[in-house]
Amino acid sequence: MRKCYFDHVATNPLDRRVFDAMTPYFMEAFGNPLSLYDLGAKAKEAIENARGQVAALINSKASEIIFTSSGAEANNFALRGIALARQHEGKHVIVSKMEHHSILNSARFLEKAGFVVTFLPVDKHGIVEPEIVKKSITKETTLISITHASSEVGTIEPIKEIGRIAKEKGIIFHTDAVAAAGNIPVDVKELGVDLLSMAAHQFYGPKGAGALYVREGLRIVPLIYGGIQENGRRAGTENVPAIVGMGKAAELAKDEMAARMEQSKKLRDKLIKGVSGIENIYLTGHPENRLPAHASFTVEFIEGEAMLLLLAAKGIYAASGSACSSKALKASPVLLSMGVSSNLAQGSIVFSLGKGSTEEDIDYLLAEFPQVIKRLREMSPYAKGWGTKGESGECIPQK
Amino acid sequence: MKFVENVKADVTTDIVYMMCPMHLLKLQEKIRELDEGQILEIMTDYDGALEDIPGWCEKTGNEFLGMSETEDFYKFYIRKKARRK
Repeated sequence: MRKCYFDHVATNPLDRRVFDAMTPYFMEAFGNPLSLYDLGAKAKEAIENARGQVAALINSKASEIIFTSSGAEANNFALRGIALARQHEGKHVIVSKMEHHSILNSARFLEKAGFVVTFLPVDKHGIVEPEIVKKSITKETTLISITHASSEVGTIEPIKEIGRIAKEKGIIFHTDAVAAAGNIPVDVKELGVDLLSMAAHQFYGPKGAGALYVREGLRIVPLIYGGIQENGRRAGTENVPAIVGMGKAAELAKDEMAARMEQSKKLRDKLIKGVSGIENIYLTGHPENRLPAHASFTVEFIEGEAMLLLLAAKGIYAASGSACSSKALKASPVLLSMGVSSNLAQGSIVFSLGKGSTEEDIDYLLAEFPQVIKRLREMSPYAKGWGTKGESGECIPQK
Repeated sequence: MKFVENVKADVTTDIVYMMCPMHLLKLQEKIRELDEGQILEIMTDYDGALEDIPGWCEKTGNEFLGMSETEDFYKFYIRKKARRK
């Protein structure tokens, strides 16, 4: 059976060239980067080389990159670290409803710790309007965090415009670029961000490696206390092979980005065009300002999970909502914030392409997906519509 | 402890929230970069620096000029020693 992996926002396979770059650091050059002898020096040199490669991907200085264990750690670090470092100036933080759980839950932690958090609404495409950001700023605001691009609906946010507002008001601006960095051009200077999170496995690097860009001169309270790794800002013996892998993956992503984007966009457009022909199916996210490899939809009258299972039985791997929400069988908060009804939000499906995706894969998906929908709708009690609302708000199927 | 005001530093290094022993490592690194007689200002929130920095100066022969305090961190002033002729 044909296998088609369309879940590249969940994770990616390691690039063979990345794997080759990492392997010497498991068993040969295994030293601790803090050790003073040559084995340590070799590991230290490898980390610093990777730091330069990651910095080059986002046009920062190498010294502005702090390696972490994941994008989620980078997001936790940014939110808590800046909010705590600047709490004497104010205790108001702004995030959007489009954010990943690592931002939303960090924001909720801050609320419990006495901060005031504004969760910004978004429009029907999931766009955070810069004007709304501006209006939400108070004298107490010290930090704004808005995702660069949504892994769930693919929308790319107006980061540059929001960055300009934050700068005008003297507020620190963080963006979660986990879905964007390595996949679309990301330039911290052009975007005007003070902090930016990324994760290696989103661009064919290893899992267990992430990074936080922190603009030079910015104070940040550590998330993990201990020794002097990462310039005394993030403790713990470095995961040298993973960091080396992240560096190599960043270098490859930078070199190959234009070609990868062009290929993905072509296939994605074909996918969207093909799927849009199916009845009662809607594209989610922004129609143009979206990640080049990302196609997401809501399908009326059936559940995302059921679609995933039947598609998987055909060798097609996709996602329904974010990896976290999907597992919890919860209507996606991102879709709800975009005004999608809770019924329709249950029928969410996300196809994300990668550099290995082919035209044949898309053809196979376009042949199988309509059949899966047809079969599920035949079984669905809501096949004729969502019906009427019961007393407790539940849907009563139309007979 | 000697408290000072209005010291004009030639170089400032801000290591607030960076973990111990960054205050000593940065101190060493920055002093190495200074010319003889120049003054380094080092900002840190680490309480242990109150003992460590004057102690380091005594051991290395650099001159500890004193410190000042803000609500969130300390500022230490160190003059790089002149080399013996």
